[in-house]
Amino acid sequence: MDLATLATCLSSSACIVTQTTGALIIGMLLFLVAAGLTLIFGVLKVVNFTHGSFYMLGAYFALSIFQHTGSYTLTILGAGVATAIVGLIFERLFISRVYGQNVLMQLLVCYGFVLIFDDLVKIIWGVEFKSMGMPPAFQVPPLFIGGGVVPPFYLFVVGVALVIGLVLWLVIERTRLGKTVRAAAFNPSMVSALGINTGYLYGLVFALGGLLAGFAGALAAPVRSLTPGMGFSILIESFIVTVIGGMGSIVGAFVAALAIGLIRSFGSLGFPLFTDGLMYLFMALVLIARPTGLFGREIV
Amino acid sequence: MTRRSLAFDVVIGAAVFVVLALVPLVFPSKALIDFVIRFSAYALFATSLNFLVGYGGMVSFGHGMFFGLGAYAFALLMQRTGMPIPAAFAITLVICAALGVVIGAICVRLKEIYFAFLTLAFQMLLYSLIILWVPLTGGDQGLRGGIPRPPFLGINLANQTHLYLVSCTLMIIGMILMHHLLQTPFGYTLRMIRDNAARANFLGIAVFRVRLLAFVMAGIFAGAGGVIMSLFVSGAYPEFAYWTISGEGIFIIMLGGLSTFLGPAVGTVILLVLNDFVTRHTEYYGLTLGIIILVFALGLRRGLLDVLVDLWDRRTALSAAGAKAGNVSKASL
Repeated sequence: MDLATLATCLSSSACIVTQTTGALIIGMLLFLVAAGLTLIFGVLKVVNFTHGSFYMLGAYFALSIFQHTGSYTLTILGAGVATAIVGLIFERLFISRVYGQNVLMQLLVCYGFVLIFDDLVKIIWGVEFKSMGMPPAFQVPPLFIGGGVVPPFYLFVVGVALVIGLVLWLVIERTRLGKTVRAAAFNPSMVSALGINTGYLYGLVFALGGLLAGFAGALAAPVRSLTPGMGFSILIESFIVTVIGGMGSIVGAFVAALAIGLIRSFGSLGFPLFTDGLMYLFMALVLIARPTGLFGREIV
Repeated sequence: MTRRSLAFDVVIGAAVFVVLALVPLVFPSKALIDFVIRFSAYALFATSLNFLVGYGGMVSFGHGMFFGLGAYAFALLMQRTGMPIPAAFAITLVICAALGVVIGAICVRLKEIYFAFLTLAFQMLLYSLIILWVPLTGGDQGLRGGIPRPPFLGINLANQTHLYLVSCTLMIIGMILMHHLLQTPFGYTLRMIRDNAARANFLGIAVFRVRLLAFVMAGIFAGAGGVIMSLFVSGAYPEFAYWTISGEGIFIIMLGGLSTFLGPAVGTVILLVLNDFVTRHTEYYGLTLGIIILVFALGLRRGLLDVLVDLWDRRTALSAAGAKAGNVSKASL
């Protein structure tokens, strides 16, 4: 434990700014991954353990697209769309076969794909660490806010993630499509009786989850190193986020992602060996106090 | 499922023990002996997990905490106190039971997926504590320096053959006890709660207490598996408490089948063979294992032993129908 370091940091505004920016980056990337995860669970009741692999694929797609085109805008869009297609195919060909079955059977299918995707990445892109490098537009001197160093790219990531989150929320809450999705989450057989093809709807939700994970991967690619196992750690963390926020709640995912970001960022100063422990402790405390997460509804 | 007496289980267990005891005499291979010891540890662990998952309907993602705790508690007791092995073993099981009571009391109230993740959280807390508490546990290096093995009752666990026989014995006794527990009224109450907790509650069953009891028992047996593992590797490593152990447990019971008592044991053999075989013969471990998993999940749709039992039931049903066919008119078919 290193509480002195934490206290010193908290007494300097520069350090607070730096750590908070770090927390925001972690939190926003987690939010994008967890939002897809929570959406898929909310509508399909499937715990998608391959979601971390989608994030990894997004990052690797981003790497290839950026190397070929050099345009970061194209990279983000391309990685998102490509990952969405992977999600769609995965749902239509495989996950749709295990609906209504034991949760563990769905988990097993997902686990199989986690292993397969990891190896495919090794075969296509190689086992060694890759790094995409900062897009030229962001190779500018950092900003100084309150004495703390803030790279402009970080602000970009936060801004993009917020916009995506807002659009997602508007689509779910304010559009006809969103209404159908919410209805399907509530009562799929009624939705299907009203003449809506729930199969397509489920595919669409998975594609949307893939799109979000792909965006997250593309946004993470310039600041994270790319390895075949990179999906796994974010998978566990985004599960913690969805569970803390309440499975199925996008607002919950946002709040919980920020909380986890702050815990990781400041916890790494105060408790360097116990940062993960803090995260799990927080999750345990939330679940003890509220057994269905912060924003989860009681499932009867 | 038919009820069988404890005596029948004991006879079967004794027969299995005799067969296993003959193995090193017939095939004197160190690899085989090691395989069976690892099998004993994992089979106890996986069967205890299935006690929760298959019979109690409680999907725990954190069952590995008891495996890790069993390994660390036993190794530490032996290293620090030098007490006799049976005493350390008994105390280890008491420690696992105590942890089970505390964590179970918090967790078993929760519904499905939240229960799964709360157990995972506690397992990872234990893992983080092991990493953090370097002076006691050796941190991420693991608990090294070996486990002292003073002989007791003429048994010397420093001898690999003795360790082999003791592991087999522990595994068989554990399996018999678990099987027997599932045949008692408690076991049937547990199944009833799995099938419909609300109805069981209306019938006046203290659902919380039965679930908690099952959680504690499963923890004790998993801890015994951990003890075997710590003796096998002569130490304890943080990986024993990591979530991947729980994941492997789930994987094993899905491979073997969760609606038959011996399914997890079959699954353990499959996983260990897969691990040893696939890693030796291919560079693309994940790809191969992933495809095998998909064959199970999408092709067989359940564990291997479940499939075999189903086939057997269907055959006996068919032949019974065939025997009847002479007496029954075609119209009624």
